[in-house]
Amino acid sequence: MSKEIDLGRRKALSTGGIGLLALFGGASLLRPGEALAEWNQPAFTSKAVDEALSSLGATNPEESSVYIRLTVPEIAENGAVVPVGISTSLPKVEQIAIMVDKNPNVLAAVFTIPEGTAPEVTTRVKMGKTAHVVALVKSDGKYYRTSKEVKVTAGGCGG
Amino acid sequence: MGKPMKIRAAVKDGMTEVKILMQHDMETGLRKDADGSLIPAWFITEVKAEYDGRVVLDAQFGQSISKNPYLMFSFKGGSAGEKVKISWVDNKGDSRSDEVTISA
Repeated sequence: MSKEIDLGRRKALSTGGIGLLALFGGASLLRPGEALAEWNQPAFTSKAVDEALSSLGATNPEESSVYIRLTVPEIAENGAVVPVGISTSLPKVEQIAIMVDKNPNVLAAVFTIPEGTAPEVTTRVKMGKTAHVVALVKSDGKYYRTSKEVKVTAGGCGG
Repeated sequence: MGKPMKIRAAVKDGMTEVKILMQHDMETGLRKDADGSLIPAWFITEVKAEYDGRVVLDAQFGQSISKNPYLMFSFKGGSAGEKVKISWVDNKGDSRSDEVTISA
């Protein structure tokens, strides 16, 4: 009985501690004059693509596989490491985001692209199971998206 | 203090290509350990690349980014011999900064 109480208290303490640390840690690294966006918690805790899109202010993006090139493997033998490349011919690209529609938290990454940086990023994501990888691009104030299915033969979130 | 990153930066035809390999567990907070208790979430939330005093890429990460995150991007300009600085912060407030010299 007392063990249960102790565990509960420990949990509460540790989660509180992490929250505070995250807050201070994030704040201390932001130096004046650097316009860094704050970590978008609502978007990164979204459980569905539509929810993440609206948290990013990207409701109803235009479907565009012509202008966005999404490079993913057709089949991923290891869901823990799935390479994702996004590039676009769209002009004035301000933002690129990657989502995995069947992951518990769908949003994987949001890139802010300053002027002079190529609208092209490559990274690696985890996929729990076969799902669609969604690429979102903000170009000249407007959002575009495309998606591709990746068949996962071994999930990346086991444990 | 986080573990050191491996960074490569090379300039070609006026574009500097940067490849970064970070060392981080990127725990989702959804996995369980051998005793069946949840392993707390621990992941990089923000990555920033700077060149010549300006930010050339700002990335926000969620739990879906793979363990030991890899990132590749390129920016206009950059001279061989100059430095690119990469920094990250995680959700526990840990951080890491590393610099690399741009090669030709």
